[in-house]
Amino acid sequence: MELQDLYREVILDHNKHPRNFGRLDPADAVANGHNPLCGDKLTVTLRLANDAIQDVKFEGNGCAISVASASMMTEAIKGKDRASVNQLFDKVHALLTQQDAPSTDLGKLAALSGVREFPARVKCASLCWHTLNAALATADAASAPAVSTE
Amino acid sequence: MNAAVDAGAIPYDVAQVRAQFPILSRSINGRPLAYLDSAASTQRPRPVLDAVEHYETHLHANVHRGVHTLSQLATDAFEASRERVRRYLNAASSREIIFVRGATEAINLVAQSWGRPTLKPGDEILISSLEHHANIVPWQMACAATGAKLVVAPITACGELDFNAYLALLNERTRLVAMTHVSNALGTVLPVARIVAAARDKGIATLIDGAQAVAHQRVDVQALGCDFYAFSSHKLYGPTGLGVLYGREAMLEAMPPWQGGGDMIRTVSFQSSTWNELPYKFEAGTPHISGAIGLAAAMDFVESLGLQRIAAHEHSLLAQATDALSQIPGITLHGTAPHKAGVLSFTLKGVHPHDLGTILDHEGVAIRAGHHCAMPLMDLLGVPATARASFGCYSTAQEVEQLTRAVHKAREVFA
Repeated sequence: MELQDLYREVILDHNKHPRNFGRLDPADAVANGHNPLCGDKLTVTLRLANDAIQDVKFEGNGCAISVASASMMTEAIKGKDRASVNQLFDKVHALLTQQDAPSTDLGKLAALSGVREFPARVKCASLCWHTLNAALATADAASAPAVSTE
Repeated sequence: MNAAVDAGAIPYDVAQVRAQFPILSRSINGRPLAYLDSAASTQRPRPVLDAVEHYETHLHANVHRGVHTLSQLATDAFEASRERVRRYLNAASSREIIFVRGATEAINLVAQSWGRPTLKPGDEILISSLEHHANIVPWQMACAATGAKLVVAPITACGELDFNAYLALLNERTRLVAMTHVSNALGTVLPVARIVAAARDKGIATLIDGAQAVAHQRVDVQALGCDFYAFSSHKLYGPTGLGVLYGREAMLEAMPPWQGGGDMIRTVSFQSSTWNELPYKFEAGTPHISGAIGLAAAMDFVESLGLQRIAAHEHSLLAQATDALSQIPGITLHGTAPHKAGVLSFTLKGVHPHDLGTILDHEGVAIRAGHHCAMPLMDLLGVPATARASFGCYSTAQEVEQLTRAVHKAREVFA
């Protein structure tokens, strides 16, 4: 395994210049994610319209993998309906954890395929997706609980 | 102890020391291993591995039970290890040496067995901002159960205990001062003798968390005068799963047992039981016998090298690493107290410690990246985490250079 497989250009770019960084206010759904192992914390805010993600922002503090993953996630899910987002989540999860998972149809997110060679870092990449799921799951509730990847 | 060795009469031959640690010759990711994570856990030298194997292959049976030969041999070896620990700490009696699972369990034992019966609503436990979670959470639990209050003495900008603030916090409600000897996150060596003396003057009990201290300096619990001293074997070149609670005999005598079971009783009926004498009152169940034997061998090993010589060696590496890393643009060193053990906590601008840890690992350099089980301290420092390099008796100047090169590499990756 080589460092370049993990820290690809697109990941370094999204880490340095995270897209959709910030907080939607008002938001239809909010969730906080925390990875106590490394202290990564992020908040995902969503605006929903007709079962689709009309807008999404994230903010937080984390390693390059978690920030880049969250940044790329926000780009990938904006405008998508929940079913498509769920499909995407499954594909990303497979990409991060299965050796021969396909990276087709994933666009930029395919850059995360190197993470599976670094098992200690898989949780960094998946934190934003678990946080997104928590936000979606509690979209109709008044307050969202924190999720943890530990 | 060996005065000639400790006086530095014999030069420190780190190559010879390393030769006794089989794991240090392995490679990581095709590069020589630079193991700079001894504050998390030290490696095991050959004499410790051999002592454990000898015990397992020649002496093992359960202790304090059988009339058969092996049981007696195992008991003798186990109790000899207790006596070895007593000598290491210069405790007055081996009845004051309780074998537990680790420093964490030692502190929990005191929190449960001393804290719960003793603490009343409004009483105060005084800790410092430098504490490991193991010296925070057990007291929070004891406070929640008793209505006592946890009070935290602040630190200065360089990571030292603010001693005057500490003195000002000691009051008639303070029941216990529980502080670390050496900060695991920053390496600060606390003035434990003065801390204990100030508490004792007011009749306040004291516990010192020595997990990060025992491998780096001589500890004399009688000279120190503390009521409790806790440490883990695996940070002293011994096996994991074993730790020691030293407790002053009068304190331990007054405390009820904290776990019930075999070995800790004198008599048992279905109506009631009576407790065994010290130290067995606090050692329910079969102990980690081979661990104790390994720890005794580790203490022999450390004293044969000489604690002062180990400390001097680690200090020279700390000075070298502090100098080398502080010249790297974007580096912030966390914890710059004048009196430090071989621990260097740092952050690199634009590179999260977790990424730093991965890149360093790729270069064969093992460091800790994270909050070091000291989240409140990280909050004080204003960082979510730091990277931490820490040294042991086997660490080398070449490893410090390997660390420095790897940090440069991380800068390049994130340029």
